[in-house]
Amino acid sequence: MRFIFKTDYSQDIRLFPFGGTARFWLGLGLYALIVAGLAHASPIPLGPGHWLGIAAVYAVLFGAVLLRQNANGEGGHAAFWYGLLGVAALTAPFILDLYFTSQITFVYVYGIAGVGLILLLGMCGQISLGHAAFMACGAYTAGLLQAQGFDLLVTLPAAIILSAALGVVIGLPALRMTGIYLAFATYAFAFIVEEILARWDNVTGGNMGFVLSDPSILGYTFDSEAKMYYLALVLFVLTLLAGLNIRRSSTGRAFMAIRDSETAAEAMGVNLAVYKTTAFAISAGMAGLAGAIYAHLLFFISPEGFTILLSINLLVLAVIGGLASMHGAVFGAAFIVVLPQAISLTKDSLPPVVGQLPGLEAGIFGLIIILFVIFEPMGIHGRWMKIKTYFQLFPLYKKGTFKRQKSYMVSERNR
Amino acid sequence: MKLLEVENLAVHFGGIKAVDGVNFSVDKGEIFTIIGPNGAGKSTIFNLISRIYEPTSGRIRFEGRDITSLPPHKVAGLGIARTFQNIELFDLATVLDNMMLGRHAHRRTGVFEHLFFSRRTRDEELAHRRKVEEVIDFLDLQHYRDQMIANLPYGVRKVVELGRALCVEPKILLLDEPSSGLNVEETEDMSFWISDIKNLLGITVIMVEHDMNLVNEVSDRVLALNYGRVIATGSPAEVQAHPDVVRAYLGGDGSETEAA
Amino acid sequence: MTRLLGRLWWLLAASATIAFLSPPFLWLAGIMDGAGLTQYMQQVVSGVANGCVYALVALGIVLIYKATETINFAQGELMMVGAFLAFTFITMYGVGFWLGAALAIIGAVLFGMLTDRAIIRPVVGQPVFAIVMVTLGFGFVVRAVVSMIPGWGTDTYALTTPFSGADLRLGTLVVSQDHAAIIASTVVLCAILFVFFRYTRLGVAMEASSENQLAAYYMGIPVKRVYTLIWGLSAGVAAFAGLLLAPITFIHTQMGFGVIFKAFPAAILGGFGSIPGAIVGGLIIGIVEALAGFYLPEGFKDVAAYVVLLVVLLLRPEGIFGRVTPKKV
Repeated sequence: MRFIFKTDYSQDIRLFPFGGTARFWLGLGLYALIVAGLAHASPIPLGPGHWLGIAAVYAVLFGAVLLRQNANGEGGHAAFWYGLLGVAALTAPFILDLYFTSQITFVYVYGIAGVGLILLLGMCGQISLGHAAFMACGAYTAGLLQAQGFDLLVTLPAAIILSAALGVVIGLPALRMTGIYLAFATYAFAFIVEEILARWDNVTGGNMGFVLSDPSILGYTFDSEAKMYYLALVLFVLTLLAGLNIRRSSTGRAFMAIRDSETAAEAMGVNLAVYKTTAFAISAGMAGLAGAIYAHLLFFISPEGFTILLSINLLVLAVIGGLASMHGAVFGAAFIVVLPQAISLTKDSLPPVVGQLPGLEAGIFGLIIILFVIFEPMGIHGRWMKIKTYFQLFPLYKKGTFKRQKSYMVSERNR
Repeated sequence: MKLLEVENLAVHFGGIKAVDGVNFSVDKGEIFTIIGPNGAGKSTIFNLISRIYEPTSGRIRFEGRDITSLPPHKVAGLGIARTFQNIELFDLATVLDNMMLGRHAHRRTGVFEHLFFSRRTRDEELAHRRKVEEVIDFLDLQHYRDQMIANLPYGVRKVVELGRALCVEPKILLLDEPSSGLNVEETEDMSFWISDIKNLLGITVIMVEHDMNLVNEVSDRVLALNYGRVIATGSPAEVQAHPDVVRAYLGGDGSETEAA
Repeated sequence: MTRLLGRLWWLLAASATIAFLSPPFLWLAGIMDGAGLTQYMQQVVSGVANGCVYALVALGIVLIYKATETINFAQGELMMVGAFLAFTFITMYGVGFWLGAALAIIGAVLFGMLTDRAIIRPVVGQPVFAIVMVTLGFGFVVRAVVSMIPGWGTDTYALTTPFSGADLRLGTLVVSQDHAAIIASTVVLCAILFVFFRYTRLGVAMEASSENQLAAYYMGIPVKRVYTLIWGLSAGVAAFAGLLLAPITFIHTQMGFGVIFKAFPAAILGGFGSIPGAIVGGLIIGIVEALAGFYLPEGFKDVAAYVVLLVVLLLRPEGIFGRVTPKKV
């Protein structure tokens, strides 16, 4: 069990409420840079013994820093574990082989789009079946501008801004409708965007697709898996931070207000139109960023890569990951990247009768969705919170702690 | 200058005249109660003042300024806050989040700054938090600060709703049936708070209420409504003795009524 | 602003209806020649036939929504299962068309009821979005399982009906018998459903249980049984639609997934939750598609329906027959 003594309101708005100061971050950042540099420059391949040593050094160094923080409250547990995760993320390309590195890069890319969707759906309560169109917008913007000779410093902001603008347009129906109406209005828009991309041959290459080359910033080219990995990682962390910042600011609260009761939100001064549009814009911008990196990872994009299936994938990402918080984006992205791989791997060890069945992947995918909604509606993040709370409150944890009140009463038609 | 003036306000829903030519005005610093049988149009008047409904005719003036066509989200910024009859809290957020949202009308930073959580955003968040803590102290909600609304009992939710409206730092507080669903103790607490709101915080209160004890304890002036029309205005005693009011509540002609 | 958009809506509806009905008058006035008129009517008939299929699938979706407030993304799969069952009974077991069709519909009804008991019942009480995800997942599962069943698998099958092959001739108009059968049977089914809901207690029970499950239960409505019945009924209607569609698009595992993306806009266009709305919406989408495919350049056929949806929703966000119930605060 932990006891928390709060002495300052600012502790509540910190990203890591229980510790972690600037000194800590500086130290961690330096440490990670040193490790990365050493690993990169190391003449001998680093084995498990080396990594153990590096981890031990980390633990000692920062354990010391952490112990000093107890005066302000509990000493930086969360920051410590996230820090360790950060070190793992930074050193992954050196430990894992190329294939896994590129898979994790895809996790980051989907994660970026996932943060956007969780912001829109989980926090603001607006449904969008058209996120594939935002990714497509970002992808094609990045590709077309690269073909004109611009580097990432131009193409990425352009992708974000154009996708955000598209988000404002596609989000217009949100001002007048909700639920299934909004879902299909966004889908209709997305479908039209897709058709435009397919028909506008002379610009986008139509159904023949569009080829991209390695992205670059001011002459430095990201021409290897590892370099793209770090690019995606940095952008993912920045997106996560943006999402978390929104969450703890008045914009995030306004979003949640719109989700729960539009009437009350208006009565408290929230301009519904502005905030709904903003939610769509931010969400679309993030999806556009994801699309841009996605395009550079695949080197080839075509309208067929951005259909409703991608939008549904993103929705599954959000729901299974957990709509309640940004963690859900990470869990969800990992889920939709890892699951098909896991199924393919286990397919080989199953008897051929079962393993060779077509559509097995989709079937298991669907089955897991159903099981999650029935048994764990809060998603993977929800399960994670429950496990954490169990250990924190041990032995006083009660099964009913997270039990959500089932609402049999209110028809949601009158929201 | 009266703080709030309502002139010939009327709203017709199809053939039904929910509010039909209502006139009243509210002075600064008084507690003004609207009473009437169910369906008289009391909450409708609130919804008209909050601009949730569009009036068919009439004018509403706040501090001399005509607000009849104001968009609903600007009302809080002017200094009019309200509670709702059927509690409209944000169920999936904590009490603190709900009340911090009450400060929304006072924000100075924009979305862009929020994305990067600038220094100004941080300072503003802390300033809002301090203000909200004052209201939490006023209403004794410390215990419930971090709990989700969905897990709270009805009585506490009503208090949180009141708290959220107070966080707006309003000039006028519209309370829609503040004591409905509350037991005797909670109603007493509510009556003390309403008096404190008037005396300590200097906020004008307009209240819709059915509980006559509460009305008598707290109100300065009362307005009685029936079928969308004003039938009496004055002090609580005057209005309650008024024959039209008695007839509205008890039916028949007033000559049959006896003191209980 | 809302009033302006409302007026624009009536303007749009009026002009669209006039434009739609104009060709016969244009022909009479000599502006359009006989061949043009025939082509137009050909397209309209074909559009109506397709529209009937969309309408029936949309009807199934709206039935479930009206009763249970669940949005069933697996409706296409219910239709697909019905079609496969028809194929099994009619072609594989050689039972003959009418008996096979009846058996298929009964089988589909049972499948729908089973779906409700097994999949939907455990998630009752959760927010709407969760239930939508369940139906989505269920759709994936059904598609996968159907492709695994020996004898069904991933092949495409044709279904021969007593109507296939021949054409009807009405003057210069050539209508395939399939299309005629679709239109005729949809009309009959709608009439049956109309009588069923107007003159039985089930309709009232449906509405009550969708507004407030707990209250309906306390009033003696066997809510769970009503839900199961509605799912069965909806699956039956979907199977009926599958039977009608099978001769045209053939039977395969993906046949449901494509139709869904026409049926949902149809239901929404008509006002989600309105049964006549679903029918009208389906017909409009079908006709718009057919006319767009014929008169507009290549590629506008698919987009046209969505453009119409967006325009209508912009001017009338609740759909054609949708009801707006403002929230009471």
